[in-house]
Amino acid sequence: MFFRTAWLVLRKDVAIEVKSLEVLTTTLFFAIACVLIFAFAFVKNGQAPEDAAAGILWIAIAFSGTLALGRTFERERYAETLRALLLAPAPRPALYVGKLLGMLALLASAEVLLVPLIAFLFQAALFSRPVLLVGILAGGTVGFSAVGTLFAAMLVRARSRDVLLPILLYPITIPVIIGGVRGTAALLASPVDEPSAIMWIGILAAFDVVFVTLSLWTFEPLMTE
Amino acid sequence: MNVDFTSVQLVDVSRHFGRRRALSHISLRASSGDILGLLGPNGAGKSTLITILATLATPSGGEVRYGDQPAARLGAALRIRIGLLAHELHLYPELSARQNLAFFAQLYGLDPRPIVEPALESAGLADRADDAVSGFSRGMRQRLALERALLHRPRLVLFDEPFTGLDDRASAVVADRLRALAAGGAIVVLATHDLDLADGLVTRVALVRNGKLVSDERASSGLRARYRALIGAA
Repeated sequence: MFFRTAWLVLRKDVAIEVKSLEVLTTTLFFAIACVLIFAFAFVKNGQAPEDAAAGILWIAIAFSGTLALGRTFERERYAETLRALLLAPAPRPALYVGKLLGMLALLASAEVLLVPLIAFLFQAALFSRPVLLVGILAGGTVGFSAVGTLFAAMLVRARSRDVLLPILLYPITIPVIIGGVRGTAALLASPVDEPSAIMWIGILAAFDVVFVTLSLWTFEPLMTE
Repeated sequence: MNVDFTSVQLVDVSRHFGRRRALSHISLRASSGDILGLLGPNGAGKSTLITILATLATPSGGEVRYGDQPAARLGAALRIRIGLLAHELHLYPELSARQNLAFFAQLYGLDPRPIVEPALESAGLADRADDAVSGFSRGMRQRLALERALLHRPRLVLFDEPFTGLDDRASAVVADRLRALAAGGAIVVLATHDLDLADGLVTRVALVRNGKLVSDERASSGLRARYRALIGAA
């Protein structure tokens, strides 16, 4: 029942997104705009400052992820469909997992576009260790989305949710963003600093376990008025 | 766990939102076959009461008993016995009528194939089944939301202003549906402002004002006069 419910929620979100393309297009557009602005500011004569690509990749992921979180849950606020989900006899943490998987799919699509774009604009060797890059991106994205999905669900009925979401989200996900930036910077070092990249993947995985566990544990009490 | 019950009882239920007291020491009981009308002015606490009965909010004091068990003991299994039609319709506007019903049927662990088509027929939307709900009128959405709330044949059916946006004919259809549900053994709780529709429909009346239960009695004719005497001008 748990995984079936998570799958149903994910499938429903994908079906809505396929029809409207609203969240995907705004997220991608924002992420690309963010990268282009930084590229115009930092790249001089085809050279970017050291590690800038790593920072800009994670800024684009965090900012576009925040936008996507807000829009995804705005959909559940309209017509109060989140209440209908909570009223179903399914385990409530499964609803959280379904929404989290939707966010991960959305951010993964943004990353598929962002990584080659940053590699090209900043002449960054992001593809030198593709497996490690995927590990760092996955670790950081899961941690950021785990906390973001919980907070966005909590704030659905708050009047100032658009202001409160980043205020709550960024301080808590700072360790994840730092881990992502440092892990990516290790991949961009010459020669590639593999031990550091692997260490950061381990740290990100530990954050993910803590954040996902805490979110699953607190989702039901936080969502019951 | 298979959960069923033939009565629901609020025992000294209070609910506070910060310092604001939305409900104060409410005790009520409704049994299978009852249509309990929750009547009262705006802000009386009717929707809070419905939210608590739906398990979407917990009381600050007192308890709700489904049969002889408190909600906390029954957990998620209790929710398959509860249907809610609120003022907000709980439908995804981007999805079609069929997709909405199929999604909620599956969420309740039901096979959508044998139940979605009859539900669409019952809502009078069989010919618009594949249209996005965003293109429907309020009345059409309301009829679809009613079917969504009843897909899983709940024992406790909670209606919060179900007649909003319906014309006279559609309101009469909904009223007949409520009577049929009660006759079939459901416990129907109806929060409404519409005294004319409630008169002759509800079998019991709970009048609520400022979060307090003013009266809990068998329904009789002259509901408006009774309401005016206890609550004030309707």
